[in-house]
Amino acid sequence: MHTNAYFIIIITVALIVLLAIPLGKYIAQVFTSGKWSFDKVFNPIEKTIFKLGGIDTSIEMNWKLQLKALLWMNLIWFLIALFVLMNMSWLPLNPDANPSMSLDLAFNTAVSFITNTNLQHYSGETAMSYLGQMTLMLWQFISAGCGIAIAIYVFKLMSQQQEKISSNFYVLFVKANLRILLPLSIIVASVLVFSGTPMTFNGKDVVASLEGEEMHVSRGPVAAFVAIKQLGTNGGGFFGPNSSHPFENPSLLTNVVENVCILLIPIALVIAFGQLTGRKKHATMIFMTMMVGFIMLLLPAISAEMSGNPLIGQMNIDQQYGNMEGKEVRFGSGPSALWAVSTTCTSNGSVNAMHDSMMPITGLVTLTGMMINGFFGGVGVGFLNFYVFIILAVFVSGLMVGRTPEFLGKKIEPREMKIAVLITLLHPFLILTGSALASYIYMNHPDQTSGWLNNPGYHGYTEMLYEFTSSSANNGSGFEGLGDNTPFWNYACGIVMLLARYLPIMGPVMIAGLLASKKSIPEGPGTLKTDTPTFGVMVFLIIVIVSALSFFPALTLGPIAEHFSIY
Amino acid sequence: MKTQSLFGSSEMLGGALKESFVKLHPMRMFRNPIMFTVEICTMVMLVVCIWILMGESSQGSFAYNFSLFLILFITLLFANFAEAIAEARGKAQANSLRKTREETPATLVTGEKISSAQLNLGDEFVVHAGEIIPADGEIIEGIATIDESAITGESAPVIREGGGDRSSVTGGTKVLSDRIVVRVTTMPGESFLDKMIALVEGASRQKTPNEIALTILLAGFTLVFLIVCITLKPIADFASTPITIASFISLFVCLIPTTIGGLLSAIGIAGMDRALKANVITKSGKAVETAGDIDVLLLDKTGTITIGNRKATKFYPAFGVDERNFLKAVVMSSMSDETPEGKSIIELAGAPIIQLENPVFVKFSAETRCSGVDANGVRIRKGATDAIKRLCEKAGNNFPEDVAMKVRDISQNGGTPLVVSENENVIGVIELQDIIKPGINERFARLKRMGIKTVMVTGDNPLTAKYIAERAGVDDFIAEAKPEDKMNYIKKEQAQGRLIAMMGDGTNDAPALAQADVGVAMNSGTQAAKEAGNMVDLDNDPTKLIEVVEIGKQLLMTRGTLTTFSIANDVAKYFAIIPALFMVSIPALQSLNVMRLTSPESAILSAVIFNAVVIPALIPLALRGVKYRPIGASALLRRNLLVYGAGGIVVPFMGIKVIDLLISLCL
Repeated sequence: MHTNAYFIIIITVALIVLLAIPLGKYIAQVFTSGKWSFDKVFNPIEKTIFKLGGIDTSIEMNWKLQLKALLWMNLIWFLIALFVLMNMSWLPLNPDANPSMSLDLAFNTAVSFITNTNLQHYSGETAMSYLGQMTLMLWQFISAGCGIAIAIYVFKLMSQQQEKISSNFYVLFVKANLRILLPLSIIVASVLVFSGTPMTFNGKDVVASLEGEEMHVSRGPVAAFVAIKQLGTNGGGFFGPNSSHPFENPSLLTNVVENVCILLIPIALVIAFGQLTGRKKHATMIFMTMMVGFIMLLLPAISAEMSGNPLIGQMNIDQQYGNMEGKEVRFGSGPSALWAVSTTCTSNGSVNAMHDSMMPITGLVTLTGMMINGFFGGVGVGFLNFYVFIILAVFVSGLMVGRTPEFLGKKIEPREMKIAVLITLLHPFLILTGSALASYIYMNHPDQTSGWLNNPGYHGYTEMLYEFTSSSANNGSGFEGLGDNTPFWNYACGIVMLLARYLPIMGPVMIAGLLASKKSIPEGPGTLKTDTPTFGVMVFLIIVIVSALSFFPALTLGPIAEHFSIY
Repeated sequence: MKTQSLFGSSEMLGGALKESFVKLHPMRMFRNPIMFTVEICTMVMLVVCIWILMGESSQGSFAYNFSLFLILFITLLFANFAEAIAEARGKAQANSLRKTREETPATLVTGEKISSAQLNLGDEFVVHAGEIIPADGEIIEGIATIDESAITGESAPVIREGGGDRSSVTGGTKVLSDRIVVRVTTMPGESFLDKMIALVEGASRQKTPNEIALTILLAGFTLVFLIVCITLKPIADFASTPITIASFISLFVCLIPTTIGGLLSAIGIAGMDRALKANVITKSGKAVETAGDIDVLLLDKTGTITIGNRKATKFYPAFGVDERNFLKAVVMSSMSDETPEGKSIIELAGAPIIQLENPVFVKFSAETRCSGVDANGVRIRKGATDAIKRLCEKAGNNFPEDVAMKVRDISQNGGTPLVVSENENVIGVIELQDIIKPGINERFARLKRMGIKTVMVTGDNPLTAKYIAERAGVDDFIAEAKPEDKMNYIKKEQAQGRLIAMMGDGTNDAPALAQADVGVAMNSGTQAAKEAGNMVDLDNDPTKLIEVVEIGKQLLMTRGTLTTFSIANDVAKYFAIIPALFMVSIPALQSLNVMRLTSPESAILSAVIFNAVVIPALIPLALRGVKYRPIGASALLRRNLLVYGAGGIVVPFMGIKVIDLLISLCL
């Protein structure tokens, strides 16, 4: 059984890397000016879109205009989302007659989807009309497209041939959606449909159960929804149980396909970075650092899940399939651990098993993956997070070799440091103050918080810590077991998601913009090379130290305490 | 012995100790955000101690709390002491230079005798042989030999003369011969030394951009840990784990980067101090830092790469000219030539002095570029090839082919040809050779390994320049250089983003000195040159730039490595304090107590004590600086990561364990 699991895990990881390389090259092609394959298909559509949108593609944008375009576009889509979610009951495409959302839930959901978080404090089958689901599906494209567009712009600023990449945010955004996300989604959705995932606008199906009772089975345009959910590191499920639901993830095959999709674009973007900027050695350094980090989180999770829970072992229950609590039998414990680490490292957030039921070590690594949020990370934004870590690493290591620090020939000075430090501070600030606030309210107002936690003690605390970590990492997965559809959780997580999405986009873009406008210093023999394994180790250490140091006490009282009390 | 020389005299030590207390003033601590938060923590601990004395029982024993208060207080003193001792050393260095020039009598040109302290900008004073020059200034009249050993330590006297590039005199030096009139060029209290002392004392010490950026990073870490500690309170309450104020404060103080925070300003001052020790006065801390980043070094050939004087090494008579006649002409032409080259020609010829009848000597001038003598009925000239060629061709004589070839040969071999003519006929060539300074090759090789490009500036023709550049191991050269060529070269390199350092002394060097990123003016140079540069070298040693570059690199490296060390220390401190905080209420977390520390109290005390003693333990390193090794940036990073990163993780594990053992023995 174990060999099977290992086989699936190795095949999945190998498949991800093998597919990401050509995809990365394709992405680079899409954003490089010139004639390319598929132009015949896409050019006319693009032209129509630009014409309809009144977009002048020749307008060049600097970093300030880029951010302005991004923020305005997101604000408008946010308001539309809010409107739809709060008025679903009377709007069309609502065959199951589901209700509209309350303001706090709609706020949370709208924020959650525009920020690429897809934290869901609702269950799709009972809380959403098909119009609502379709709107959410559209945002999964928009938020992922924004991530890609802004990352490409940062690539442009770091590139050696900047003029080859457009600096118009709308051009980058439309291309990302039309030429990358849409075709990939169609392919993945087709695989899902053939595997049995529903794709229909009809309402609930009525079937007779074995007992002869009438059963109402929810369905809808699921396949399309799931495809972009996985590809865009969104993770918002059509149904409440997300990808553990048999309609969202029917078989082991779809499980592998969806798991590949989780990591595909984040890795491909690193490859595209090397292609677009002409800095292939840098891309290799970044890829290797991220991959090592990913694997170091993956191994303990696989080992913990596959060896089972000692408390269950003490009850003389056979655990040859590992820790199967909260897992789907068709996937097994090993591949579920791979999924759990993939989805948390990339800020995807879709789940195929209940993280609440995983071993404390797995809880620890999934939390760590989200706290670091840069071992591949979300589509586009993962790279930006990593970029900030690079800046910090450059600063410290530059000093260590006796030069004022510089990255790609640009000096790092107080202004860039200020931004980098603030962005690094933001994540621990949001997570720690959030969970501290929740702990405080829980302890001091027991009357209002009775429905919050499924579990007492460390595990209960981990549920709250996980919720804020997931929000701040724009991940969206839930540890579950948390009664989170209350105004406190809806608003608190909503605010955290907003801050944690836009500030970490603005920061790196500002740094890259400021650096790009500086005089370039030619590389000499005394310059610290930032594309070497040594520097990769340095970045890795900075990431580990910064995250370990800021989150260690919080993790000690959660999964670490739980782990030591089990073993 | 080592520490003694490092901390200086006991007097200096006492002064620094006193200063450590003075610096506790919150307004002064505020400049250093990290240590300022420690000061606040210390005050909180004091309040807690008083609270316990008033009967509070939830915060642990008074002895425990009070010892924590004491340790924090000592931590502050240690950090202040680091800064104070660095300042004291710098001041002592500067004072020993300044002492010589205080209270020297000065005689104004009007004859009035006043004290040097009363001299004002623009005053003119007279100095005679045997007197001490009372203030920095410029010679406006006369020439004198001056003993500058008080400043430079160099015993050989130097010649200073009004009007030229060597007109500058320094207060405190002694006139050995003649009489000079000097105009005061600096305001009292504003000499370079005064400026340097102010820089070291902190009154005018400004943080450099790099120091600011590092402080931002450190402040960031401090803020993170502030968040970590504050949010831990409700989280610990949730886990029903009460944490005392003392524990929170210990956790916070141990985690914030106090080590580098406490040593940061000491490192900066020590950098300037090391420069001063190398007899270089820096006008700002930034200049020292910039020196570490230098990409290109402009060096004058003469005096830097070659020993000042060329020597005659061979005579080549022209085809058909008798060698003895040629020698005779050569000796005649050089008899009045007092230059070292001239003397070396006579030496090489080894011929007896020839009696000259009614000699008319022709002095060398920049226009004619030749010198010679009219005597015994012949006109003998020697000079640059083109000058003699013009002279002969004007008289209708050809320039012989074999001499032209010889001239080329000599040039290609790095020599300087000196063509000799008799009655406007070319009769031969003298070969002069440059003597490259011994050991200069190794210095350039070292610079190359540091990643610095060296450029030689010379008035020689390109062929000679190329030969010398190759032999000395210089990367590039500017031949037949005019003053503006230096400037153009600097501008060209700067346009490509490179940082340039140069050394100069003359007034015509001033614009280039100002333009260069690091301009080191020689102390013997003109006031204009000294004003234009951002450093002054008291030794007038052209190779000093190499040391300055290393001092700059050391400064940045010391900052970087100590930051890494400080942050890496946190890992061990976490493993000491975190189990100590939670062990009582969550016994399972005993597994995290990897160091097996005796009790929660001793664990916390050990971590805080380690945190305090590591500051004085690192003061010697901060003052001396981390040694720079030109082994390439990546190798250097690997090395420093291993020593200070890995070391920073391991050392505190051992240190905290040892302190814990000592504490458990004592109690």
